[in-house]
Amino acid sequence: MGIEGVGARVSRKEDKRFITGAGRYVDDMVVPGMKHAMFVRSPHAHAQIKKIDVKAAQAMPGVIGVLTGKELKADGIGNLICGWMIHSKDGSPMKMGAWSPLAVDKVRYVGDAVVVVVADTKAQARDAAEAVEITYKELKAVTDASKAMDKGAPQIHPEAENNLIFDWDLGNADETAAAFKKAAHVVKMDVINNRLVPNAMEPRAALGHYDKAEDHYTCWTTSQNPHVARLVMSAFYNVAPENKLRVIAPDVGGGFGSKIYIYPEEIVCLWASKKTGVPVKWVADRTESFLTDAHGRDHHTHAEMAFDKDHKILGFKVETKANLGAYMSLFSSATPTYLYATLLSGQYDIPAIHANVKAIYTNTAPVDAYRGAGRPEAAYLIERMMEVSARQFGVSPAELRRKNFIKSFPHQTPVIMCYDAGDFATSLDTAMKGADYAGFEKRREKAKKAGKLRGMGFSCYIEACGIAPSAAVGSLGAGVGLWESAEVRVNAVGTIEVLTGSHSHGQGHETTFAQLVAQRLSVPLDSISIVHGDTDKVQMGMGTYGSRSGAVGMSAIVKALDKVEAKAKKIAAHLMEADEADIVIENGALKVAGTDKNVPWFQMALAAYTAHNLPGGMEPGLKETAFYDPANFTFPAGCYICEVEIDPDTGQTDIVQFVAADDFGNIINPMIVEGQVHGGVTQGIGQAILEGANYDASGQLLTASYMDYTMPRAGDVPSYKLSTSNTPSPSNPLGIKGCGEAGAIGAPPAVINAITDAIGTENLTMPATPQKVWAAIRSAKH
Amino acid sequence: MYSVNYHRAASVADAAKLAKGDAKLVSGGMTLIPAMKTRLAAPSDLVDISRIDALKGIKVSGKTVTIGAATTHYEVATSDKLAKACPALSHLASMIGDPAVRHRGTIGGSIANNDPAADYPAAMLALGATIVTNKRQIAAEKFFKGLFETALKDGEIVTAVTFTAPAKAAYEKFRNPASRYAIVGVFVAKGADGVRVAVTGAGDDGVFRSRELETALAKQFDAAALTSAKVPARALMTDMHASADYRAHLIVVMARRAVAAANA
Repeated sequence: MGIEGVGARVSRKEDKRFITGAGRYVDDMVVPGMKHAMFVRSPHAHAQIKKIDVKAAQAMPGVIGVLTGKELKADGIGNLICGWMIHSKDGSPMKMGAWSPLAVDKVRYVGDAVVVVVADTKAQARDAAEAVEITYKELKAVTDASKAMDKGAPQIHPEAENNLIFDWDLGNADETAAAFKKAAHVVKMDVINNRLVPNAMEPRAALGHYDKAEDHYTCWTTSQNPHVARLVMSAFYNVAPENKLRVIAPDVGGGFGSKIYIYPEEIVCLWASKKTGVPVKWVADRTESFLTDAHGRDHHTHAEMAFDKDHKILGFKVETKANLGAYMSLFSSATPTYLYATLLSGQYDIPAIHANVKAIYTNTAPVDAYRGAGRPEAAYLIERMMEVSARQFGVSPAELRRKNFIKSFPHQTPVIMCYDAGDFATSLDTAMKGADYAGFEKRREKAKKAGKLRGMGFSCYIEACGIAPSAAVGSLGAGVGLWESAEVRVNAVGTIEVLTGSHSHGQGHETTFAQLVAQRLSVPLDSISIVHGDTDKVQMGMGTYGSRSGAVGMSAIVKALDKVEAKAKKIAAHLMEADEADIVIENGALKVAGTDKNVPWFQMALAAYTAHNLPGGMEPGLKETAFYDPANFTFPAGCYICEVEIDPDTGQTDIVQFVAADDFGNIINPMIVEGQVHGGVTQGIGQAILEGANYDASGQLLTASYMDYTMPRAGDVPSYKLSTSNTPSPSNPLGIKGCGEAGAIGAPPAVINAITDAIGTENLTMPATPQKVWAAIRSAKH
Repeated sequence: MYSVNYHRAASVADAAKLAKGDAKLVSGGMTLIPAMKTRLAAPSDLVDISRIDALKGIKVSGKTVTIGAATTHYEVATSDKLAKACPALSHLASMIGDPAVRHRGTIGGSIANNDPAADYPAAMLALGATIVTNKRQIAAEKFFKGLFETALKDGEIVTAVTFTAPAKAAYEKFRNPASRYAIVGVFVAKGADGVRVAVTGAGDDGVFRSRELETALAKQFDAAALTSAKVPARALMTDMHASADYRAHLIVVMARRAVAAANA
């Protein structure tokens, strides 16, 4: 592998600019004549807009424009869309309500954008926004998906009767019912998967610039997928045709899914720029981030699992109510369906599964994919179910899992997925050894003597990454293909630019992608640049989410490298009068195998561009493009074990040990993979014991700042014990599975299983705050 | 933040003169500045008293401790003199906020603001401290009056706090997981005039003394004396982080731990 190639712990190339404050984010962008936007947002969760009076605001100092939804509609700007069509079990299409970038007649959640003010300075825009007078007629609101379909609940969109967007089924109801008839044991449980706020370090931002001379728009935006943003803004929002719209996503400070979607603000900034004649910048403040970034999770589920007398699983029945918030965000329909129910087989051989998902509107922020997206909800449900079942049967949770593991591959589950590789027993064994499972009872006794409750919990998660292939997702309702593109440009001096449709917003692509090229072409890492995030540079791409950049994005680079390598070898063979089949690339040169004849890499590149002496008929230059559409998803899996100690006097949970044994397939940079697991597990621990978005009944977000929304701090988590095993993915040329979301998927059930083990009751919801743990201990005693 | 006029006061008298109308005194600004940034507070003028030398420093003379109002939490937490005279107060200061807050925030600002979850008010009550202003001396008992309310009158500026070092004292707090403010903070002090137990973060009318716990501890200053102690949940706050019942329970737990620490 060398010191810079695949498998090496190369320090991240991009960190120099990040840690010296030299990164360039949207808020760092300055365009001559640029002005500042402030949005006037709804203070009500549900209300009719009776009147908007902008006169006073227009007269304020520095104000250039005060624009409303009516003007936006008059200019033909379209409504926001959800890009994945789901059909209900009765065959009817999902019931999508209108989402205008600026609300016209009605507001549907606290934070809904109504008016935009453009002014010379941000402070002037803020002052003028306060002077906009909007008269509302308040309506009753509903925030809880489990109550939004009740009689008397307010109707949020006319299109969706009873606030039901779709009523969707997956699996086989009859076979599952038959399996339950044969069952010796049925375990039932109700599970809530708590709503989360994404909290990317960099808030969302947009800078729209309309160039009158060229009749051309440029949008700098905090996006995980600038090409998708351009496509959607052109095809659906009528902002501008694609050739007249450039989207740039420069350095982006974290996304976790929340920056996949196209939000009202970037559309409005582009439109307002044309309308006012000045470039318009908007940067969210932290309160706007809390209120309007697409939230994650928020499922209410009832589940039942059927076992035979030997504790083999016979069937699994799941009914989920998914809260999609006030509007359908870009991929909101896919998250609780094809990214959730398709994973309900977990790591287990389950003959029959039936899932029903009802997607429901409420007067809350839109909900969409957030690190893990559907898979954390599935893993939490299954892994809580396995642990609770083992406790009810009085058997070891590890052995109940082992007995039911899928042991041969490929394995077709009853819920679409065909697992192509895995070794679940190895992960379980590795984690148990790492956690000193054998010594746990002694540690529990010791803790008891000190007045503490100690518990251990397992989680054997599986997830699906690199969502694919395009034809398959298209048949399931996706509005886009899920391939990736790459272009490898070898310059005349041998240095290399790789243009990728993947987007890095913390993942370290500038390092890992370069490692792949360095390995393949035997050139130094410093001679390789990764170019991404600009639709004028990279022709087309699908972006970064669902842990797809390695499995899909790098595979596209491999395909382009195949072409580059073939042409380079032809040139070298011609220069050395050798057979092209004998050429090998090593130590910065193309060599004739078994001889000392060689052409340095840079000389071959120069020859490609001077074109003085190329094989007959060969075009000059060395630049190749490839599009890669994977054959299947990849299936990262692993086993997490969490050990906690609880202070029964306060309910405080101390996570004393966390062991992660992951199977990510082949790994490009172990250090970056460990970083992803650290971050993912920490977010998972956050969901389990700290984080939870909390709306009151009137629809006000109570957890709208860090005073009330608890983010994980360093002191909340232990030093993790990590290891990886490797069953390479057979579905892509690199054997990569993906590692970006695993921690957030696998950690929550491990933590809650550990806490419930310690306190001896299952009656606990996430986040398991000290108050809730204390109350659970107290109610268990009574 | 709305625009505001900033004044740096050279003396307490100067500050008193400037602090008129909609002006606000600012010391560390750890509460006021965030409120102004979110436009929840909009003073016309800010009068900065943090550079007035007369308001700074810690004096220990015999058993009498005097701390200037503009003394930072960091200075209180790391003072050698105070570590000998009243280590419980140093410990309390070391647990306020984070390092940035401790280097800016001041004892005078904290008690004049009287946030119901602030730490210092509990210490002042339990130590039987006297709050010194530019006009008079006020017993802590009479100084703290409900949520964000104090006995301070217009133009009155806290200049120092003073107290007699206790024989034994300790502070324990249970933090709000998000904000790290006290959900319950209990300061226990045993001095010449008996045992005082003051509770912050929990009362629905701000900091208060727990007579139940004081009575139990007056008989026997030992954690064991609180084994069956109970504090009524009425008059305690309920919010999403802690119910009144949970707070009532935590008060006893924190008091027990504080007594154990004081005796250690």
